[in-house]
Amino acid sequence: MPGDTPGGALVLSEAAASAAPASRSRNIPYVSLGIITVFVLLALLAPLLGLADPFDQSLRNRFKPPVWEEGGSWKHPLGTDRLGRDMLSRIVWGSRVSLAAGVVTVLVASAFGAAVGLVAGYYGGQVDTALMRMTDATMSFPVILLALILAVTVGPSFTNVVVAIAVILWARYARVIRGQVLTLMHLDFIAQARLAGAGAWRIITRHLFPNTLNTLVVLVTLQIGYVIIVEASLSFLGAGIPPPTPAWGSMIAEGREFVTSAWWVSMFPGLAILLVVLAFNLLGDWLRDTFDPKLRQL
Amino acid sequence: MALAILSVVVFILARATGDPLQLILPMSATPEDYAEARRYLGLDRPYLEQYLSFVGHAVTGDFGMSLRARRPVSELIWQRLPNSLSLAAFAMSVSLAIAFPLGILAAVKKGTGVDRAAQVIAVLGQSLPTFWVAIVLVEFVAGRLQWLPAAGNEGFSSYILPGFTLGWFVVAGMMRLLRSAMLEVLDSEYVKLARVKGVVEGKVVWVHALKNALIPVITFAGIYFAILVTTAIVVETVFAWPGIGRLAYEGISSRDFPVIQAVVLTTAAIVAVVNLGVDCLYAIIDPRIRYAR
Repeated sequence: MPGDTPGGALVLSEAAASAAPASRSRNIPYVSLGIITVFVLLALLAPLLGLADPFDQSLRNRFKPPVWEEGGSWKHPLGTDRLGRDMLSRIVWGSRVSLAAGVVTVLVASAFGAAVGLVAGYYGGQVDTALMRMTDATMSFPVILLALILAVTVGPSFTNVVVAIAVILWARYARVIRGQVLTLMHLDFIAQARLAGAGAWRIITRHLFPNTLNTLVVLVTLQIGYVIIVEASLSFLGAGIPPPTPAWGSMIAEGREFVTSAWWVSMFPGLAILLVVLAFNLLGDWLRDTFDPKLRQL
Repeated sequence: MALAILSVVVFILARATGDPLQLILPMSATPEDYAEARRYLGLDRPYLEQYLSFVGHAVTGDFGMSLRARRPVSELIWQRLPNSLSLAAFAMSVSLAIAFPLGILAAVKKGTGVDRAAQVIAVLGQSLPTFWVAIVLVEFVAGRLQWLPAAGNEGFSSYILPGFTLGWFVVAGMMRLLRSAMLEVLDSEYVKLARVKGVVEGKVVWVHALKNALIPVITFAGIYFAILVTTAIVVETVFAWPGIGRLAYEGISSRDFPVIQAVVLTTAAIVAVVNLGVDCLYAIIDPRIRYAR
């Protein structure tokens, strides 16, 4: 980072030290953790909850409103959609898609990105330049465009969504981790490890990698929310998880034409996305404030 | 360089999206019709030749004919691009106009109601799915209340809904960055010195501190722009905005190779130019950065 002159770093750490303990670290985000736990449990236990079959169509029961509206019943607490499928059950099943997409994509992207960042930062020079050129080119490619192309090429599927997002997302990890490694490389303990005869592999895996873990954890948490939104956007555009599998994005798209007469069809999946993403973002914010207050992200 | 790699990738991907003729020709077409159409559109030539002629023409701004619209792709792009650019510019200026005062105020009045409100806006902005916001806005503001047009581009009032939807995410991120950068800078020695010297507080904040707090914001401006371009595909589709985002969506759903190639390359070129601009801006604002290697 441009501001990281030695003097600047001193001032920064002083500021962080005085501001940190008082306002941060307390306020463990129980609400966020609670929301995430609930959704993870729902996703894992979906088949065991005794919900209506999310694929079960019943044209007679089309567009039943939620239970508190006139004409609603406890049989379909959140109403039914265009084909008479139970909304509650579809939202619960949809959480499997969203969470799985979020977690898998971020893990793949962060593993690859961190590896690139570590190598680029460690070797520096031409390796660094080449890898960073690649990173920059990747970053400037619109994710959704790539996913749309893939969807038409190979047909929309879960794997394609994960691949399309991960292929672009790794670049952010590479950038951040490389930046950190560059700073670490100037520190004494790396020089000492070298003197002690440690090879590149050992320094990267035992010395550099553990020191970037905090940042990685924070970034991973913050990006799960982002990926869930991108996946939902893709499903919304018809390039994500293909129907009839319940996915929040495609549910919103299906309800779009009927917002005026049956608002619940696109409203509830939207709220589900909002809740989950909000929970991950708040948790990520807290993690960052606690473990890596100097990290800047989007 | 990046553009060269991109052009190859795009070319391959576009070719891999399946046979466009199946979508263009009627069901009753005979194999002879297919061969005829293939020859007419130049799809029977070897891939390398197709690629070279594509690059040769693209350099001069000629992206070939749209397979579907039967019009030069460059014409389609030129027709749509102004709409997209003006929407992006509108969204960007709205978000800057909101993000700047709010981000600075939040930092100056840290811990107060303003700060908390700003944080709520920031977190919400990053957690709300754009397309969902778009639908809700279309339904309530354009549908039930009939305040603003729901689709298309019919003058200034058409810009408001898609512009705000598009800018929302940027507001959140920019404001957050500006707040944290300002907090850091306001705590630094030189700002304290300025205060001790008796510089008016307003000047300290807006001149001394802001100048340095801008640096991280500018770093991310390029990335925000790329995100804006991506989000625009969704927003343009929902609001039926006649821009290149929707052109991309249409091109992909009808496997219109030349259109896909042209849109992706145009977009990438715009993002590249913006990033270059950001780098230059950087050097102007921060004299510590020199591009002499």
